[in-house]
Amino acid sequence: MSAVVSLRRIGLPRLIVHASVLVICFIWLIPTLGILVTSFREAGQITASGWWTAFTGAAETSAARLGEPSTAKQNGATYVISGSVFEGGKGGSVRAFGTRVAAPTEFAAGKPADIGDGETLTINEDGSYTYSKNAPFESGRGKRVYLSVATPPSFTTENYRTVLTSQGIGQSFVNSLTVAVPATIIPILIAAFAAYALSWMEFPGRALIIALVVGLIVVPLQMSLIPLLKMYNEIGNFFGVPSRSYAGIWLAHSAFGMPLAIYLLRNYISGLPREIIESARVDGASDFEIFVKIILPLSFPALASFSIFQFLWTWNDLLVAMVFLGTGKDQLVLTGALNALLGSMGGKWEILTASAFITIVVPIIVFFALQRYLVRGLLAGSVKGG
Amino acid sequence: MISQIVSAVGVVIAGVFVCALYYWLSDKILQIVFPVPVDNVRAASVNLNRRAMVRPWLFLGPALLLLVVYLVYPVVATFFLSFYDRSGGNFVGLANYRWAIQDAQFRQSIFNNILWLAVVPAACTFFGLVIAVLTDRIWWGNLAKSLIFMPMAISFVGASVIWKFIYEYRGGSETQIGLLNAIVQAIGGSPQVWISLPFWNNFFLMAILIWIQTGFAMVILSAALRGIPEETIEAAVIDGANGWQIFWKIMVPQIWGTIAVVWTTITILVLKVFDIVLTMTNGQWNTMVLANLMFDWMFRGGGDSGRSAVIALVIMAAVTPIMIWNIRQANKEMGGH
Repeated sequence: MSAVVSLRRIGLPRLIVHASVLVICFIWLIPTLGILVTSFREAGQITASGWWTAFTGAAETSAARLGEPSTAKQNGATYVISGSVFEGGKGGSVRAFGTRVAAPTEFAAGKPADIGDGETLTINEDGSYTYSKNAPFESGRGKRVYLSVATPPSFTTENYRTVLTSQGIGQSFVNSLTVAVPATIIPILIAAFAAYALSWMEFPGRALIIALVVGLIVVPLQMSLIPLLKMYNEIGNFFGVPSRSYAGIWLAHSAFGMPLAIYLLRNYISGLPREIIESARVDGASDFEIFVKIILPLSFPALASFSIFQFLWTWNDLLVAMVFLGTGKDQLVLTGALNALLGSMGGKWEILTASAFITIVVPIIVFFALQRYLVRGLLAGSVKGG
Repeated sequence: MISQIVSAVGVVIAGVFVCALYYWLSDKILQIVFPVPVDNVRAASVNLNRRAMVRPWLFLGPALLLLVVYLVYPVVATFFLSFYDRSGGNFVGLANYRWAIQDAQFRQSIFNNILWLAVVPAACTFFGLVIAVLTDRIWWGNLAKSLIFMPMAISFVGASVIWKFIYEYRGGSETQIGLLNAIVQAIGGSPQVWISLPFWNNFFLMAILIWIQTGFAMVILSAALRGIPEETIEAAVIDGANGWQIFWKIMVPQIWGTIAVVWTTITILVLKVFDIVLTMTNGQWNTMVLANLMFDWMFRGGGDSGRSAVIALVIMAAVTPIMIWNIRQANKEMGGH
């Protein structure tokens, strides 16, 4: 059948192929998995242990003080202090303990440990301890012990509640939608009409316009920013309207997506069978009717491909939003909000990971639901034209 | 918030309606201005011709307007602004260019951009090709491809948070919660602050883009691999070639064109890389790249349009050869149409 199938017969042993693909998938998935898991952990646990230990429960090192010598009870020749290391209300199960900070796991829990000076200390898993000595305890404060405490895996949705309400991510989510949806839908129609004209209408300058469109596909956004920023400011001053507005960014996104849209749609529309269009013309249909009744329905796959591109691009964009939108609450998009949080919430991973996951969940749903069209669009855009 | 949703939905509906109305109305006006009388064949054919002459421009109008206002005009304007001072009001000749050549940060950015260009397109294409070959040979290949392709959907900012968490460093005796430092520690190394490690930090930022773009290369190259005619492979098998030889000597040469396309597409993306550097380091610790430097100068101290225009032009100049090549390819294709 295909070249790949025949290579299979003579290629490397299958097992190695399976194993390497598995490893690659694992590597590619791990980063995203990391923030997904972390976003459901409690703040304390996130900093206490790596997210990869989240399912086994974390081993936290903590310190506790045993009861004071004055509470010791004499039992024959030995003096005993007993109680629980979890008196501060903390819970968990002790895995190991030690008397030096450098070795918090020196002794296993539940077994009597000889800690020198004739002292014996037993700390059970539930935190209860027996500290005994064959002579009276010296007076002073209680002995300090170091514990390795296993906390059971626990997950919470609290982080999401926090970022959605108090960190403004909920509002930014709406802002992102406000930017992305119109900026996806408006250019499609405009580009489709242009693509039809460039495919099926004869007029002078057509080749030139196609060349222009192809050329503009790769023009870096950076070339446009300064003059547009000046233009927007002048328009804002002249009409007394804010220069940073949703209308401004919709038009900007529409225009920046236009070359690729026209190119993709023209590739597709010019490939439609000539007979359909010509027979419609013979039947007396105008170009407008042909476009609306024949071209648009037939080019659905291409329209879908482009809308996915454009949606992902506008949703994920940071640069255009930073230039054309304000940083106020009512205009800050998700990418901008996340960028701001990275600055202000530096080490607060419970906030950052939950926010990051909210920003990537929509594109990922779109991606998995419409992957077929995305791939088709990529192939049409890259392989065919170059 | 509710009112904002309502107004956004309203705009979508209104926008689509206005667009449709424009095309419909302009077509109607065209028919009224150039009527086609049934009794006068001559006038009818003249007017039909006129309609055919005007209609393409009605269809193209809005698209051309957007392209000219948002892309063509700004490109020209940026070119001229590069010869003017910070406010764009006074002609300063080549002063901005002279500044750029002597500016240490500009040189640093050029160096870093070249570094990115040398590493990222090559790495993405290489990994993409290897993964495409491997996944095409197993039954769950499509699932594997989906997973590797998925980062394409993630924003650069989101990806930066994801990777910043991997590179996280915690000082002193604290537990390392960043995966990379935990691994380094587990194999006996000492944890590092990866994103401020001179020179090498660039590569840690590049890893993010490679992670995102490998899926793109894989999808395109996988389609190209499937298009290789089987006879060429079979002939090689009969001649006694092994898998390695078939891959390098039969398959790769046949998809050179596609490899070039993937390479150039990622090259353009790399030239414009902005979000990753902004969110990871904001250009600190010698990681500045051109796009970030340009953005910096757009707003630094009230903005310097001359200097940032020069930086934008450098990016544009780097893209231009690819642009010309694309246009020539497109023209060739249309010639054969």
